[in-house]
Amino acid sequence: MKVAIVKYNAGNIQSVMFALQRLGIQPIVTNDPELLRQADKVIFPGVGEASSAMKYLKERNLHQVLVQLKQPFLGICLGMQLMCSHSEENDTECLNIFPLAVKKFPPKEKVPHTGWNTVYNLGSPILKGIKENEYLYFVHSYYAELGIETIGTTDYILPFSAALQKDNYFGVQFHPEKSGVAGAKILENFLKF
Amino acid sequence: MLAKRIIPCLDVKDGRTVKGVNFLELRDAGDPVELGAFYAQNGADELCFLDISATLEQRKTFASLVKEIAQHVNIPFTVGGGINGIEQVGVLLESGADKITVNSASVKNPQLVNDLARQFGSQCVVVAIDTKWVNNQWHVFIHGGTQPTPLLTTDWAKQVQELGAGEILLTSMNHDGTKNGFALEITRQISLSVSIPVIASGGAGTMVHFKDVFTQGMADAALAASIFHFKEIEINDLKNYLRQNKIPMR
Repeated sequence: MKVAIVKYNAGNIQSVMFALQRLGIQPIVTNDPELLRQADKVIFPGVGEASSAMKYLKERNLHQVLVQLKQPFLGICLGMQLMCSHSEENDTECLNIFPLAVKKFPPKEKVPHTGWNTVYNLGSPILKGIKENEYLYFVHSYYAELGIETIGTTDYILPFSAALQKDNYFGVQFHPEKSGVAGAKILENFLKF
Repeated sequence: MLAKRIIPCLDVKDGRTVKGVNFLELRDAGDPVELGAFYAQNGADELCFLDISATLEQRKTFASLVKEIAQHVNIPFTVGGGINGIEQVGVLLESGADKITVNSASVKNPQLVNDLARQFGSQCVVVAIDTKWVNNQWHVFIHGGTQPTPLLTTDWAKQVQELGAGEILLTSMNHDGTKNGFALEITRQISLSVSIPVIASGGAGTMVHFKDVFTQGMADAALAASIFHFKEIEINDLKNYLRQNKIPMR
């Protein structure tokens, strides 16, 4: 199976690489549109800042490539947020795969939302075998609002989209690569989708 | 509901865990990778690896060790010990560490915290604060708690948040190693003074101490070393106890 990780300026793809390797997959890391189109699965990770990430994608025309892919596609954390329509993080227009807004958490509790939190209302093939209220690992200061694409919800300050799906496009706010056995199961489900 | 976190901390010197760990389940308890993976499978929510190597040569071993840990551990982990520059942090993060912790260097050069947050994001910058109660005030100490500074702990905590720290790891020198419980009052004071998570460290001896630091101390996470390494407390038992006491645990 050919798994491509989208190479861009949002850091720490190493953990995702290692998590895939633990599942027996040796991914390639690339920003070459042709290699991305040819891959069986595409993973779009990311820890970083929205506007500089979008700028990087646009400069290489990757923003158009990513929205036209037909194979299963998984955005993680910032990757998922960039798949939404707009982010309040430096007022950034995003890829608009999910027609949802990404907003900053109101400072009613500690921000970033850091640690293990429960995910409920699960409904997607990639969450198969994950029990309601399973704990998964989050680190983020912005959240995607709820929508019909929401396939998992988490409460922190308010309920938000922990996971999204539209057709072949998936996004998760938590870090499956850091979420122990449950996280590995989600990655495995994605690879099987 | 967001869970409170339990974090075992491993001291590493020249690529080996330092404190005499005696785990029958492990082939080599001195191997930080195997010990870390063991904790990850047995209830730890996060791990912390501190490099206490004295020499530059030994420090080089640490980065390759971090990579090996990242390959085998499927939960988040923080690394630290003697970090004083952006380049060093870049190497550790690229090796697969999720967060780094800075201590003395942040006091000597507060701008470092800001630079790290800008370059790598606040989520990976943990500022460790060693504090000691002297002359009726909580002061910041550096160099492993040996050197006093004029900084008051609450002021410094607020300042590092302003500079971009994503978390604070607070260790009370008065409590560390005593097994008489965490420093509840200063932990609570810091937790109420900042809007970033606070990890309490130093003094854990019983399960009740953890309950107290999460309730009275208002800590977001608790870190301990020897009680876990010597199996005085098993993490899963601890978490069951805390759950029974209505503290959210994974």
